[in-house]
Amino acid sequence: MRPLGLLKGGFAALVVFFLIAPLIAILPLAFTDSVFLNYPIPHFSFRWFVELFTTDVWRRSIVNSLIVGSAATVLATVLGTLGALALRGKRMSFFFAAIRTVFLLPMVVPAVVLGVGMQLIFARWGLANSYLGVIIAHTVVGVPFVVVNVLAVLQSIDVRLEHAAASLGASPPTTLWQVTLPLALPGIVSGAVFAFATSLDEVVLTLFVAGPNQRTLARQMFSTIRENISPAIAAAAFVFIAGTILLALVLNLVQKARGASRPA
Amino acid sequence: MQPGTLRSRAVVLALMAPLLLFLLFFFAVPLFTMMKSAVSDPVASQALPQTAAAIRGWDKAGPPSPEITAAFVADIRNIEDDELFGDLVRRLNSAKAGFRTLMAKTRTAARETDGAVDLVSVDARWGDVAFWQAVASAAASPITDRNLLAALDLKRDAAGRIEVIPPERSANRATFMRTFWVSAVVTLACVLIGLPFAMVAASVQGWKRQLLLGAVLLPLWTSLLVRTAAWFILLQDNGPINSALMWLGVTESPIPMIFNRVGVIIAMTHVLLPFMVLPIFSVLIGIPKNLMPAAASLGAHPIRAFWRVLLPLSMRGVVSGSLLVFMTAIGYYITPELIGGAKDQMISSVIAYYAMGAANWGMAGALGLILLLATIILYTVYIRFSSEEEVRR
Repeated sequence: MRPLGLLKGGFAALVVFFLIAPLIAILPLAFTDSVFLNYPIPHFSFRWFVELFTTDVWRRSIVNSLIVGSAATVLATVLGTLGALALRGKRMSFFFAAIRTVFLLPMVVPAVVLGVGMQLIFARWGLANSYLGVIIAHTVVGVPFVVVNVLAVLQSIDVRLEHAAASLGASPPTTLWQVTLPLALPGIVSGAVFAFATSLDEVVLTLFVAGPNQRTLARQMFSTIRENISPAIAAAAFVFIAGTILLALVLNLVQKARGASRPA
Repeated sequence: MQPGTLRSRAVVLALMAPLLLFLLFFFAVPLFTMMKSAVSDPVASQALPQTAAAIRGWDKAGPPSPEITAAFVADIRNIEDDELFGDLVRRLNSAKAGFRTLMAKTRTAARETDGAVDLVSVDARWGDVAFWQAVASAAASPITDRNLLAALDLKRDAAGRIEVIPPERSANRATFMRTFWVSAVVTLACVLIGLPFAMVAASVQGWKRQLLLGAVLLPLWTSLLVRTAAWFILLQDNGPINSALMWLGVTESPIPMIFNRVGVIIAMTHVLLPFMVLPIFSVLIGIPKNLMPAAASLGAHPIRAFWRVLLPLSMRGVVSGSLLVFMTAIGYYITPELIGGAKDQMISSVIAYYAMGAANWGMAGALGLILLLATIILYTVYIRFSSEEEVRR
């Protein structure tokens, strides 16, 4: 068994390296003082972070990402939570299975295909090149994540808690507000985090519906890689990865809290 | 809440309505618009409204009646918008060559007077019935299969029969084949790496499993752009991979790995590998732990036990993962666009080019429709497959 174990370990290590190394390789380049995005790094410097936060295009794109991301997250979380509440406990019937598939479909349709349609119809509706248009587009692709996460938590809630609330005289809205939603909160937060992350990373729909004033960070990174790659990309990637780790920590905390509050 | 009562049904509908309406307006309507643009042909009916009405009674064999020619001249005279006129000429010219010069001449003649124009004396080609047939077919129908046919490198000849456009004049079939081929290679690479990796991850416990799963989840959590940018840096001619290979003496000069197929496949495999590992892993941890020892106790060699027991059982995960990876890969845009060269563009890039570069929404819609159909079919198979699994459990 020994050589087999070694083989297994070696193979796993190689795959882990393949998965992780590229993500790590880009980080030190954020601190280069050279104009080339390459190793070796001549001197350590913060110049590309300065560039990122002071140049007009970059700063504006970061602000845009935050505006669009927050608005799309709020919208997707409200709509997705309502949708998940409607689907709760109804997985078996054909009708609800179909509705659930519809709610998840934006995750499946190729972004370019949806982008062409949105470009055409948004131009007709006066939503092209507007913040509202970009926010709506990002909400459409973020909603499925909220539905999936909230639905998963709702499925695990003990229905007897709600029955208890109802038997103690709470009206359905009160039960929803005081019992169901607080219990579902971890799922709602996870869904919101996923929706925000999706919006931050969205490029394709943004290319189709946003004007020059709604350039998001991801969109700006896309055109920088395509047109004139510079270490500003590595600095942006650094910010992205730091943000991701922060979001993952939030999610982890929420899940810990959920584990602690779960009835034994 | 009593299930099935009218009131609870109303509550469910009220909860469902906002998201359903939102998706109807901002998801279904855009997709429908995209499909409509693939088959709609508003140019001729917009540019030639009087002709469209007059030409209906024509038998399409004999010369057109004076009413038809008068309506046509009036329509041509009325087109103020040069862009619309250009679109009309293109539309007619694609049905029959020669309209470009003919229409320019006719427009000048029509604008010179307010009265009747003898078209045949303007240009003898108006005496040819074939030109009037082209006008008739353009004016008559608001929908066309031209874009859909062109998306598959097909067109109609003068008589309306479908014929193949030679490959040197249209590359859509080649692009579709390339898209499917690249996606298949990426899927295969994901199976070859993902299956053994998932098996190893399922066979270990504790921190080792955490580490292996974390390595899969971390890229999934990282921005797609960051991952693509990372590969862009690594694969450059003077990037770390080439430097290492040259330092090791594997190669004298840098191996080109960016702006070609190799780079696209490596980067896409990296991006999509988690979608393969996770479904296989979740199937594997559902397999009872004592199956392999049971096979061994019955005298099966470990390799035989692997081949006859573990591999068949993990096949469900492999099929789920492969469908997921392949489906995602055929719609990919960002990675091939940034890492691939001009010869590695996948169908999404062509769609984006038609929509944003050439403003040809008919072609963008037609190619998009085919890609959408392929995706929906794969997704249906995937849903069928995974719900079957749910029932079996």
